[in-house]
Amino acid sequence: METLILLLALFVLALFLGVELITKVPPTLHTPLMSGTNAVSGITLVGALLAAGTGSSPMLVNWLGFIAVTFATINVVGGYLVTNRMLAMFKRK
Amino acid sequence: MSGSLINLIYLIAGILFILGIKGLTKPKTAVRGNFLSALGMLIAVVVTLFTINDVDFTYVLAGVGVGGIVGVVMALRIQMTSMPQMVALLNGFGGGASLSIALAEYVTRTGINPASISDFLQPTAVAASAFGKGAEATIALMSISLTVLIGAVTLTGSLVAFSKLQELMKKSYGLPGGPVGNGILLLGALAAVAFLVMNPGNTMAMVAILGLALLLGLFLVMPIGGADMPVVIALLNSYSGIAAALAGFILGNTVLIIAGSLVGTSGLILTRIMCVAMNRSLANVLFGKMAAGGETIDAGEIYDGKVTSAQPDEVAMLLETAQRVVIVPGYGMAMAQAQHAVRELADAMESKGVEVEYGIHPVAGRMPGHMNVLLAEAEVPYDKLVEMERINPTFEDTDVVIIIGANDVTNPMARDVEGSPIYGMPILNVDKAKTVVVIKRSLSPGFAGLPNPLFAMDHTLMVYGDGKKAVVEMTTALNQL
Repeated sequence: METLILLLALFVLALFLGVELITKVPPTLHTPLMSGTNAVSGITLVGALLAAGTGSSPMLVNWLGFIAVTFATINVVGGYLVTNRMLAMFKRK
Repeated sequence: MSGSLINLIYLIAGILFILGIKGLTKPKTAVRGNFLSALGMLIAVVVTLFTINDVDFTYVLAGVGVGGIVGVVMALRIQMTSMPQMVALLNGFGGGASLSIALAEYVTRTGINPASISDFLQPTAVAASAFGKGAEATIALMSISLTVLIGAVTLTGSLVAFSKLQELMKKSYGLPGGPVGNGILLLGALAAVAFLVMNPGNTMAMVAILGLALLLGLFLVMPIGGADMPVVIALLNSYSGIAAALAGFILGNTVLIIAGSLVGTSGLILTRIMCVAMNRSLANVLFGKMAAGGETIDAGEIYDGKVTSAQPDEVAMLLETAQRVVIVPGYGMAMAQAQHAVRELADAMESKGVEVEYGIHPVAGRMPGHMNVLLAEAEVPYDKLVEMERINPTFEDTDVVIIIGANDVTNPMARDVEGSPIYGMPILNVDKAKTVVVIKRSLSPGFAGLPNPLFAMDHTLMVYGDGKKAVVEMTTALNQL
């Protein structure tokens, strides 16, 4: 239970930090912000690896793990690459 | 590797995500921010790989391979005009990933090993203790089922948003009763959540949550029209983050919680900005109809005999003598792929000593910041892209405004006509400029379905035709003067 309260504290503090940070992002960068946060939400790859199951797990778990890893990897790879592509256009003068 | 060390490294990854978003607060530091964020992701994933020893790597490697290839191809081939579609898909995949994690955890912890679908549907006696001690079990089961719920809504909702943006789905479909129908679906899903918490082994309840949530995602987004998509995409972005944070609670994983809540707040803040820019509540966007108030306005009464049209070369003569010109782009510019042509016109004007800026309404386009990305692609410097609050006071000192592909965000009725359905929506005050040039195919109304009195004003010139062609002709004419 104590761990849970700590996780909850982390969650709430991260929400407040998120509000402070995101409100400072200028409108001109809102599209890269969205694709960039898509990439960050690919952190589910970590969860997918943890939930992917072992050799002795039911097939169903292995397959769900495969789906989760695939989706999360698309988000990580696709998200960071496309964000970088966009931001490079903003950088040049 | 010990648990404490892993959590410390996760903390570093979390800090890198935060620094990454901080970098996005300025165009100059944004590329580095994105790199820091990606570095955080790499660290988090590598550390996790060290902790999972007995995982069946066939499935993991297959997933990374397939996902990696799809991700690279999408990111490198997508056109900037189609960014809303890409973000919609990524939102959906995020939701789908969290959904799959929650389902996998459910199957693992209940210890069921179904051989077939009918086998899976048989309720089994599973003690709540499989999910933890006392209240912990309740919370774990709630986290799992809520992750399934939100993940599934995000998945199908985003797929519908993608189909609408890609114009695969053109009509709007809704449940009978609209919000009531959606409300019943949501209540049904929540009832199934409560039932599952009390009967952890009842797989039917899990299937019910999944099925109802998938349907809810479909019916939530299907009735919503194109110009409201910025709100929908931002909201689904937020859901995908919340689902990731909830998955973090299931696994007791700190970095998932930090990253998920950052994404969740980002989506929520963007949703709010979009709603404010349309002067509508979130409930109104999701469930309301746009033109519900007031008697129908007769377009003929506003336009007949009052609209002046002009040819591109006449406009070019105006532009040559202007001192300051503001270009107002909308979704029509993206549709016509006219961003490069617009930049060339601006170059031609600047070479004749005209000051050129771009006025960007927050909801122009199909997602937050859509116009800025398109113009950045056409190599327009970002300091020339001016947001609504800063460009509005300058229109009185502007000689010519060129509107390309925008309509409702310039409609003076939103400012002047009380009782009009769009009254109160902040607009670009383009009518304050000395001359307004509107490039448009016809006098057809915008998304709000309203005539635009701007088109009939004495100082407004309509240039009919394809946006890109008209702009190119103006540039050619201007260069010959």
